This record gives sequence, structure tokens and C-alpha cells, in this order.
Amino acid sequence: MGRAWVYGDNVDTDVIIPARHLTTFDVDVLAAHALEDLDPGFAAAVRPGDVVVAGSNFGCGSSREHAALALAGAGVAAVVAASFARIFFRNAINVGLAVLECPEAARGTSTGDEVEVDLDAGTVRNLSRGATWSTEPLPAIAQEIARAGGLVPWVRARLAAGP
Amino acid sequence: MSAIPQTITQKILAARAGRSEVSPGEVVVCRVDLAMANDVTAPAAVSAFRKMGAARVWDRERVALVASHFVPAKDIASASLMSTMRAFALEQDIAHFFDVGRGGIEHILLPEEALVLPGDVVIGADSHSCTYGALGCFSTGVGSTDLAAVLATGEIWLRVPETMKIVYRGAPGRWVMGKDLILAVIATIGDDGAAYMAMEHTGDTLAHLSMDSRLTLTNMAIEAGAKSGIIAPDGVTLAYVDARRRATGRAREPVVLRSDEGAAYARTVEVDASALEPMVARPSLPSRSVPVSEVEPVRVDQVFIGSCTNARIEDLRVAAEVLGEERIAPEVRAMVIPATARVWRQANEEGLLERFADAGASVSTPTCGACLGAHMGVLGPDEVCVSTSNRNYVGRMGDPSARVYLANPAVAMAAAVAGEIVHPSDVRAKEAVGARG
Repeated sequence: MGRAWVYGDNVDTDVIIPARHLTTFDVDVLAAHALEDLDPGFAAAVRPGDVVVAGSNFGCGSSREHAALALAGAGVAAVVAASFARIFFRNAINVGLAVLECPEAARGTSTGDEVEVDLDAGTVRNLSRGATWSTEPLPAIAQEIARAGGLVPWVRARLAAGP
Repeated sequence: MSAIPQTITQKILAARAGRSEVSPGEVVVCRVDLAMANDVTAPAAVSAFRKMGAARVWDRERVALVASHFVPAKDIASASLMSTMRAFALEQDIAHFFDVGRGGIEHILLPEEALVLPGDVVIGADSHSCTYGALGCFSTGVGSTDLAAVLATGEIWLRVPETMKIVYRGAPGRWVMGKDLILAVIATIGDDGAAYMAMEHTGDTLAHLSMDSRLTLTNMAIEAGAKSGIIAPDGVTLAYVDARRRATGRAREPVVLRSDEGAAYARTVEVDASALEPMVARPSLPSRSVPVSEVEPVRVDQVFIGSCTNARIEDLRVAAEVLGEERIAPEVRAMVIPATARVWRQANEEGLLERFADAGASVSTPTCGACLGAHMGVLGPDEVCVSTSNRNYVGRMGDPSARVYLANPAVAMAAAVAGEIVHPSDVRAKEAVGARG
């Protein structure tokens, strides 16, 4: 369970982690600058387990995986959005950041609400408002990768198993 | 023969998945023809590659590593990223490693090098990897870990996209380029209007578009949320591909595919290209595009002609044509950054670089730099930039308070001369008035 940080539509990867910080992929450095150009107070105030809630097209723009890493590194438990840009969506699953598509949750949540996500059940609960929403299930292969803990362990297991 | 009519995108993915046909929405595993990463994305991919327990890339001939973003190295940290990529290229004997001075921006470089061909599946660790689709291949951008998995296995899982068909009609007017067509489309459908889809560009207008302009059309598929952009190969495509294969001595054969009659499209969008003006995307979304005549008066601090969107030879020729014998306005700094070493040399031979320099513009070595606010042209607080690049997001080119207007190279150079956003024809009009006066 964590607090919701609510943002609007088209939160692009440039504001999630500006290019001036892309000379590293050290998660701690990236986390210290998460959402810097959208909400300069976020990185200092976010607590482990908090949830980012946003409108449509979250993570649009650059393919920089640093964006998903920055949010995960900052302790964000999940991103719930009305819709996601596809490269960010893949990156999040690949690095083990939970992503849930749920327009109702995006509309029905305000910053500071207590929110709980259950990736396996595909639900978002807003405890402050007493609401529970179901989300779109991931494609089977994405569920498999998410359950493995990301794409690195998933590929490692397949390579180890041999052809 | 397929029982169900297929789009070109379905046909390419089916061929690489070892299937006779595929349907939108299903997940397939495709063999990859070329995998690409740059100096920002490759180091993280190398790290993931090693954590996966992989020892060798699946095919050294099918990997391209390109120094493009923070090059020439802007600081010690970016030099270290480059070293990581360079060492990996050496260790793995990567066939297509392009260091500073021998390559440039990957999305202009790989078509020039005949490394991406019609019929291919191309996976690039850069969002503008959708650019290659102008050649009639399936091409999409991924993050570093996805790219690492491709390096390790030669395969990728993909959801077969629905296709949005864009039909362009008529001959584009003076100063209207591929950039204006795609900005008009994004203004119509929105920043996620083609989310998860393939954008297939069709129509009689394409016959009027050079390969350079077509590559701009597919380049900005990602700014509409699309997975890929594609143009079925025609005479223009094949003449370009043949010329580049001859010039580079690369013998791999193109595979020419086209959409079937009756193929299913999720949506069709029609654009009357003959009625379009040059377009300008206002801050801070590409969808905020309007005809140049509708843009409010705005003083310009910086003009950037460069990036994977508009730094090909056609773009530089158009910019030089608008410039004529004028000079850059004293209050404007203009930067021209040819996309690749080849474009740079050609522009030099044609006298374009000297013309830009004589007019007071800065002319630099190929780099993505300014487009993403990385280096060589970062914007300060409250500055206004007219840029031929692809994103005008908050903070994209520097300070979050800076404002970026996207435009084609003709409009960008017109702004550099006038000191404000004007129609390219008005630069000449002013000159004529001046001559009379």
C-alpha cells in the first residue's frame, strides 16, 4: 500500500528522466532525478510502495529504459495509467516495474489517496475512496516475463535450458 | 497464398515468424534481420546481455552499434559509455560499429549503408527506429533489455499490430515536405492516435516524395504512439536501395512486399497534400501543429536544423535555398548539423556548409546532441527554439521553461533569417521589398 502521485496525459520519458542524466544507468542516480522536469519535489518525497497514477499515453517518447529504472529505483511500486506508450510499457515489464492499464482508476484517484495494486489479480484498490477497479490483463508472454522478475531472468532461464 | 488478405506489416512478421499468415493482436516470435543500439542504449544492453548469461551475439553481421547521441563525447561519463560500447564491439567482432567521424545519426546512417532493406524486421534500441519503415520493412524501437535479448537470441516477441492507413492525395505545394505531412497527420489523430499500430503511408502523393522526405514520414510514427511506420516499396525505394547496395558493396537482397487488396485496416485517414501549408508544432506536443500562417508572432533565440528527422541532404538543400544570399538574423543563433559523415561531405561538396557558415550559422559534426538537450545547443530558461527535430516536449531540448516549435528545414531557416516564425515564401518577399525600397 502506498500513496498516489497523480499526473495528467502524455507524461513523456524526457520529463521522467531528462537526457542530462542519461550518461549513467546507475539506478540510484536516476532515481534521485525521477520526474524532475514534471514535479521537482517528487524524488525527495516519494516513499517505497507509492504508486504513480496518470492519464493516457504515459511514457511516450524516447525508448530510454532509464525512465522505468528511475521510477522503480525511487521505490514506485506500480504505475497505473489510462494508457501507456508501448516502448515504456515493455521496458517496465522487462525491468520489473508493475504497470497496470486502468482508465477508471486514473480518473478516480487523487494525489495522496491510499492505493494498493495487485498485479496477479489485476486490481487497483483506492482505500481512501473505497473503490476497486479491474485492469486489462497483460498478454500471456508479458505475464510470464513479469512473473520471472523481468526479461533478464526470463532469457537467462531459457539460455540455460539450451536450444 | 494467404486465405485472408494481409497488410504488408502482417506479411513481413509472418515471414519472419515462419508462418503463412498472422492476425492483428496475436503474439509472434520473429527472427530479427538487424539489431541496432547507440551510445546511450548499448551500454545498458551490454550489462543486461551479460546478466542473461549470454557469451556471444547471435550473429555479428546483423548487429549495428552507432555512436550518435553524446558524441563527440560531451564529458567523462559519456566518454565512458562510448568506451563500453567500443569494447563490446571489439570483443564481439561486431561487423557494423560506427565510431565518431565514420557514421552519424543511426536512422539516416543505416539506410545509407544498405544495412536495412525492404522485407526486414529491424529492432533498434532507440524510439525513432520506426524510421527504417520507409524502405518497406517492419522496424520498431525497444529499450536496452529487449535489445539485449535480441543480441542473445536473434529473436523478439511482438504483438502483431493493427494498421492505420494514411492516404495522401495530390502534389504538395512549394516548401511542403514529408515533415508537414506527418505533422498534419499527428495534429489530426493526436499524440497517441496510432498507439500500438503500424502506420502505413499510401496515396498518389508519395510519387512526389523523395526517399529523404519519406524517411521523415516514418520517422515520426512514434510521435503518434505507433509501433511502426511503413511505405510499400516502389520505384523510388528500389532505386535508392539499389544505389546504396552498389555504393556499399552489400549484397543482401531486398524482399518486396505489398498489402493485399482487401487487407483490414483499423482506421483510414485521408490527407489532401495539395492543400497543406508548411506546418509548425507549437510547444509542447507534436499534435499542436498548425499551418505556419496561423502561428502567433514569436521571437526566436535559436534555430536547429538537424536530427534524425530532418538532416538529410534534401533538408540542407532546402534550407540553403531559403537562405539564398541572406544572413542569419543578429539576435538568432542558427545551428546546422548534417546527420552523417556522408551527408556532411555531400553538403560540403555542394557548397552548402560554406553558405551556412558565411551567413553566420554554426555548422557542426554529426550528432543527435541538441535534439534531446544533451549537448551542442542546449536551451536556457525561457528561450525559444525552432527545430527540425521531432519532439517539443517540456525540457526536451534543455530548460523546462524553454519553448520548442517543430518545423521543416525551410520554415526553420526562414525563422533564422527573419528572427521570427514566418512562411518561407515571406523571406523572399521581404528581400524583394528591400530591393525595391
